[in-house]
Amino acid sequence: MKTFAAFVRKEFKHIFRDRKTLIILFGMPIVMVIMFGFAIRTEISNSRIAILDHAKDAHSQKLKNKISASEYFNVVTELNSEEEIGEIFKRGDVKLVLVFPQDFGKGLVNENHSPIQIIADASDPNTANILSSYLQATFQSYVNEELNLQAPNLNITTRMMYNPENKSVYMFVPGVMTIILMLVSALMTSITVAKEKEIGTMEILLVSPLKPFVIILGKIIPYLVLALIIASTILLLGLYVFNMPMNGSYYLLFAEIFLFVLCALVLGLLISTVANSQQTAMLISMMALMLPSILLSGFIFPISSMPLPLQVISNAIPAKWFIIIIKNIMLKGTGLEAIMFETGVLVFITVLLTLIAIKKFKIRLE
Amino acid sequence: MITVQNINKSYGQVQALKSLSFNVEEGQLYGLIGPDGAGKTTLFRILTTLLLADSGEATLDGLDVKKDYKKIRKMVGYMPERFSLYMDLTVEENLNFFATVFQTTVEENYHLIHDIYQMLEPFKKRKAGDLSGGMKQKLALSCALIHKPRVLLLDEPTTGVDPVSRKEFWEMLKKLQQGGLTTLVSTPFLDEAELCDEVALVQNGQILKVDTPQNIALAFPHKLWQIKSKSNYKTLKILKEFNQKISAFAFGNVVHLATDLEVNEMMIESYLKNKGVEQIQIQAIQAGIEDVFMDLMQ
Repeated sequence: MKTFAAFVRKEFKHIFRDRKTLIILFGMPIVMVIMFGFAIRTEISNSRIAILDHAKDAHSQKLKNKISASEYFNVVTELNSEEEIGEIFKRGDVKLVLVFPQDFGKGLVNENHSPIQIIADASDPNTANILSSYLQATFQSYVNEELNLQAPNLNITTRMMYNPENKSVYMFVPGVMTIILMLVSALMTSITVAKEKEIGTMEILLVSPLKPFVIILGKIIPYLVLALIIASTILLLGLYVFNMPMNGSYYLLFAEIFLFVLCALVLGLLISTVANSQQTAMLISMMALMLPSILLSGFIFPISSMPLPLQVISNAIPAKWFIIIIKNIMLKGTGLEAIMFETGVLVFITVLLTLIAIKKFKIRLE
Repeated sequence: MITVQNINKSYGQVQALKSLSFNVEEGQLYGLIGPDGAGKTTLFRILTTLLLADSGEATLDGLDVKKDYKKIRKMVGYMPERFSLYMDLTVEENLNFFATVFQTTVEENYHLIHDIYQMLEPFKKRKAGDLSGGMKQKLALSCALIHKPRVLLLDEPTTGVDPVSRKEFWEMLKKLQQGGLTTLVSTPFLDEAELCDEVALVQNGQILKVDTPQNIALAFPHKLWQIKSKSNYKTLKILKEFNQKISAFAFGNVVHLATDLEVNEMMIESYLKNKGVEQIQIQAIQAGIEDVFMDLMQ
């Protein structure tokens, strides 16, 4: 026990004396959360659009006012002819042009049916899609209010549950937390073990009565503490800077974070049994853990739209399960019973990796 | 105390140790002398249970390096080739850490390292990374001694250390030996061989010779001459053409020439004069261990 305490104390000294790494460790999560928070935005606000009004009647005027008043759109200019549409797109002034046909108002009143034309600049397909659907929704609501339609045609209302405003923050806070925790835990442990091998102290630790599990635990615990502090930092930023909701239990959330960090730490140890130098450890962690965690976890790209082989592989990635768990707890406020399966998978992966790591930990040099 | 019998070890195609055998008696200061790549480090790692030999047996105090590795790890003091210290920990912290790892305290065994640690005391708050080579070496030795080992294994402890520290270091080893500690030390420096009780000359994973340094030197089978002249380099070149030479090597600013037994001073002098060498001084000398080693390596 005394030996163990001395070992953990030594690890903490390594961490705190390496100032640069420490700054990166605590600075990176903050910078990453803020960068993701302000850069990746799938919702729109004040998008520049233009209008070509052939009708120039009361209805078109009202609708124009409604659009201008909304926070989503900023009507930059009114065009006079079809030819100008091409020009204005080429100049890149607007993302979308709304065209009212000649008999817009008449068609609306008489036939309950009057087409408007939305022309979008699809060189940026995501934005084009989002803009046109927002505009359609605005148009639909105008028609409903103005003509008091008693549902002559079937109206479909979509309600975005748990994220009604489709805010991307709700997606990236869990995502960034997952990636940072993976990075800190796996990368840092694999590097510290590889470092001991590199400077030769591992040789002495092996030629000592220290038991392998003391060495393993001694390496894990300091980084576990560090990772929990970092997780709290990200959580605070998410809650107070980006107004992320927290509907579930904090105990459950931290228990799950603990589980995931443990899983990542063991992964790091596993890497260090293969890597003999810090560079190798870093490269393996980056390539084998970071990229899959970013790309195959559903953080950025939805898993359901991936080809089948990748979907199968994604099941083996702890990050995927962890993101599902966090979103469930924070957004839906579910308890353990709803995320039993995901938690079970994480426990299974962790136990499996621990067994492999203990088995692979060498009591000798080769 | 240490027995090594027919140890073989290969790394892929390279055979690092070829049926190596030797014995170290209790209380001996035993030297493994050989150039880099002779297989010394591999042998140390086998003895410290860090590597397994392909075949052959080795024991420390009757304990088998393979079966009883846990017991051996408790009784052996090991100083690897690089000074394996934590560079970001202070002198004091390093020593305390290694003491705790070996389940003892610095206070308990302070008498063992007292002489060595005294020299480090003024720097005890300094980080190990900021110490000089000689200081690092002393700290590493202190760390290896702190748990009162019965056998001390030192792998090239004086490589990368200045001559004064080297001398001090060997004085410490002698002192430890007087305390009854069995020590196996490897070195590429032949002058250090003479300070051991017994040495094994190793090359390419094989033992060339085992004996006391004195006997090894006495067993030199040729006549040895020390030749001083105006231009050492030129003389060496000329002597390499000498008919009766067995070997000729530069030793500092002189040449050591080994010849057949019937050669005398006059023969060499006249040969050199004929070739136009100036300021010749020839002296018959006793072979040192370096001469033996050079001879054996040929």
